[in-house]
Amino acid sequence: MKKPYNEVIDVSRDNPHATGMKPMSFVRQVIASCIYPELIDSDKMPLDVRKRAKTLLECIGGSVGCYSDTIGIPIMRDSVSDFLTRRDEGVPSASGKIFITHGSDHGFGLLLTMLVRGDRSPLVGVLTPVPSQDFGNATLVASGATAVPYYLDGQQGWRLHTEELQRALRSAREVCDPIALYVINPGDPTGHVQSRESMEEIIRFVYEEKLLLFANEDHQDILIGEGCMFISYKKVLAEMGSPFSDAVELASIHSASKGFMGEGGLHGGYLELVNFDPSVQIEFDRLISLLVLPIIGQLALEVMLNPLQPGEPSYEHYQEEIQHIRETLVHNVTRAFEVLDSLPGISCEPINGGASMFPRLHLPHTAIHQAKEEQLPDFFYCSRLLEQTGLCVCPGSDLGLPEGTYHIRLCIMTSVDTMEEVLRRLGKFHKQFMKDFS
Amino acid sequence: MWFWGVSAVIFDKGSRTINDACLIYCLPGGGVELNPIPISLYLYILCYTISLQQRGTSAANMSQKEVNGSSHRGKVLTLETMNQNVRQVEYAVRGPMVLRAVQIEEELKKGVKKPFTEVIKANVGDAHAMGQKPITFIRQVLALCAYPALLEDDKFPEDAKLRARRILDGCGGQSIGAYSASQGIECIRKDVASYIEKRDGGIPSNHENIYLSTGASDAIVTMLKLLICGEGRTRTGVMISIPQYPLYSAALTELQGVQINYYLDEDKCWGLDVGELRRSLTAAREHCNPRALCIINPGNPTGQVQSRQCIEDVIRFAKEEGLLLMADEVYQDNVYAEGCVFHSFKKVLFEMGPEFSSVVELVSFHSTSKCYMGECGFRGGYMEVVNLDPEVKAQLTKLVSVRLCSPVSGQALMDVVVNPPQPGEPSYATFTKERAAVLADLAEKAKLTEESFNNVPGFHCNPVQGAMYTFPRITIPQKAIDQAKAAGQAPDQMYCMKLLETTGICLVPGSGFGQREGTFHFRMTILPPKEKLKYVLEKIAEFNAQFLQDYS
Repeated sequence: MKKPYNEVIDVSRDNPHATGMKPMSFVRQVIASCIYPELIDSDKMPLDVRKRAKTLLECIGGSVGCYSDTIGIPIMRDSVSDFLTRRDEGVPSASGKIFITHGSDHGFGLLLTMLVRGDRSPLVGVLTPVPSQDFGNATLVASGATAVPYYLDGQQGWRLHTEELQRALRSAREVCDPIALYVINPGDPTGHVQSRESMEEIIRFVYEEKLLLFANEDHQDILIGEGCMFISYKKVLAEMGSPFSDAVELASIHSASKGFMGEGGLHGGYLELVNFDPSVQIEFDRLISLLVLPIIGQLALEVMLNPLQPGEPSYEHYQEEIQHIRETLVHNVTRAFEVLDSLPGISCEPINGGASMFPRLHLPHTAIHQAKEEQLPDFFYCSRLLEQTGLCVCPGSDLGLPEGTYHIRLCIMTSVDTMEEVLRRLGKFHKQFMKDFS
Repeated sequence: MWFWGVSAVIFDKGSRTINDACLIYCLPGGGVELNPIPISLYLYILCYTISLQQRGTSAANMSQKEVNGSSHRGKVLTLETMNQNVRQVEYAVRGPMVLRAVQIEEELKKGVKKPFTEVIKANVGDAHAMGQKPITFIRQVLALCAYPALLEDDKFPEDAKLRARRILDGCGGQSIGAYSASQGIECIRKDVASYIEKRDGGIPSNHENIYLSTGASDAIVTMLKLLICGEGRTRTGVMISIPQYPLYSAALTELQGVQINYYLDEDKCWGLDVGELRRSLTAAREHCNPRALCIINPGNPTGQVQSRQCIEDVIRFAKEEGLLLMADEVYQDNVYAEGCVFHSFKKVLFEMGPEFSSVVELVSFHSTSKCYMGECGFRGGYMEVVNLDPEVKAQLTKLVSVRLCSPVSGQALMDVVVNPPQPGEPSYATFTKERAAVLADLAEKAKLTEESFNNVPGFHCNPVQGAMYTFPRITIPQKAIDQAKAAGQAPDQMYCMKLLETTGICLVPGSGFGQREGTFHFRMTILPPKEKLKYVLEKIAEFNAQFLQDYS
């Protein structure tokens, strides 16, 4: 079938390898050596790869084919808690409170399963940020919990305002039993990185309103803005001291799917519970006991959390790869800003972190009018974009944004060439679109 | 019978009045029975239960306060406020026995003296953990997929490289780290369909009917989610064989489906009898809406391989009664006994002619965790759906598509399993040899186990025709039964605990799988290496003799 393009480029969701980013060599060498241990004895692989693979294999019972829960999990949990203690500069982490998952979405789903109460009224509610992929997504819908939207401030770089949380909570209480607040930091697709003050406000809010706090920190490795720093919710909570630090029930979620690793297909992630009732944690264990997690994903997670040290043979190359990814991202963001912000009818906010850009569309009235016949205007825009150029981006309405403002989300974890092509197709389409509907 | 729970079952839509309520009794064997009760009694029990829980919760909170030193503040998420279904979930295979086994391992590490030097985990079907070797060809292909630079390495055979390249071409960006389409990588689904066609003598298989999943368990739970609906008397019931693999009961508990038990006949080698299916179904129709029949062939924990006649009978029964068939066939290569053959449900269905093959709704499950591969850690699996209503299938595809795909490394593994070396290819000879060795070893251990156990006084062990387990019936003296019951333990649970403490051997008590009232069993895997297996069999015989003596 003839089309004006050879292939579809999908940047509507965060799938780095599919859009040209390369896996980290060290991770894959270790995984391959664990899969085929003959490689450990040969000198094809660098020494540090062989050593790491050997250690990991011993920890998981000698084969990546074993059920991980019968043998490997305690070791992985220890790795995670060591990493967290280091990351949070001494705030202790106990491996008994770490749960290995398939990834962040899965972790979120497990938490929701713990909350819901079947069909009994009132339904349990979770305050969920808009815009975000999780709002109205299947995990929430299928779980039986009600997603209560709270709107991030599009005029101020997508910040959270406590007043907005208050409003959302008040309206939620009329229709459900709100029990948790879900935050994503760094934000996705917003690219907003929360300040410590903002995080402290959130913690105070959940403490006063008696809510659980779920923090998705999947993009913690990707910081682009000058002077931007990621602090974990756990660290902020601990440093706030009593009464918050021993009362607020916090669940932090992370994975190897994003960041430099981008290993979404391998399914490695974890969540950490802080201040949860110990008997509830036992029930969480019971829920998890039905699951069997892929070992390969946990290997990827382990390498991510326990990276190479200076002096090791693969260290330099590893650092080069990270540097290259960083440079690619900065380049992509700069280019995207250059190209898109200069077009009429699109405006871009600078992003500080995360893996997406979220430009705003200022659509002409004619387009909005025509769209409304069948669908939401930004969806209309994205459908035409896909049909005409083979470029797939995500409409802001899919992420919960209400009528009136229109956005598209495009992922920036792509190779430089892919980003050029994305911008070429998008730029060309957009100019034509604005002309056609002027 | 134990009182299991109270359920506020039916709210009149819109008016929020309780129409009906019942007490749920847990039957030995794991089934449930519902008895309607007056609303007043229900409310009384509910209040009493809540007050008990509150007392318990306040106690917990008190100690939390003491520990945390925080001021009077309860937890947001408590045993009382959380999802009650999760609390009911039990999965014996990884339950209390395993927890204790892990504890004992820690104690051994710390140097605590015991009458044994290691814990032998004969409770779960984890072949590699028990020393089974992975198949070389499989690991070569997967290593190539994980680190494609190895494609330049001439240590790897061409046929492995060919398959790796095919798989990588199906992956986004040639990487197994990219998310794939949720239903699974298309070229792999096509390979699965070809495999099924070949296996079933040419009966066509369409890759659009194949869903790659995270092990078979994931696909089974997905189908159950699709099936379970209704309320009270119209709540979906699912027929499962007793003894059963407790994933089914655990999933039904979590999803609030109704479990309908049908008993396999221990005296007839765990055979399935249609009369028993009918009895069970008729009784179930009193309190729920039976919609599916699950069957595991070869069986877990029972190890029987169903005869072709039996499979035809089940298909006929499913057609007559309007039931969807769920055929769990993960052990399809594990067939040992003389005269036993694996017949896939799909093949038999189609060979019964269009009267059945165009009507009966069938879902078949397979996995990479068992058979000769034993690759549990990869989480590879698939289901094939046959004769589903097209609109339902669209819903299934939707349900699957809003989740993430199954792990891509597991999908890759499944591709190798369905696309093994062919005669003439470089790896064919080694592959065939390794595969045959694994299966022959299992067959030998199956025979050894059956013979051994049948020589133990008080044991009756059916032939292990297939799968990986033995499920002997054991004798527990009345004195032991009484002691167990007084301690609130199932007698075979007590037996297995004592066995664990005395010998370090971890098994799963039969009560975890369901069994006829008054009978006791345990499930043991036949996976330990032969010498270790002999040791295990000896130790169990010794323990059993002592046990019978102690409780005579």
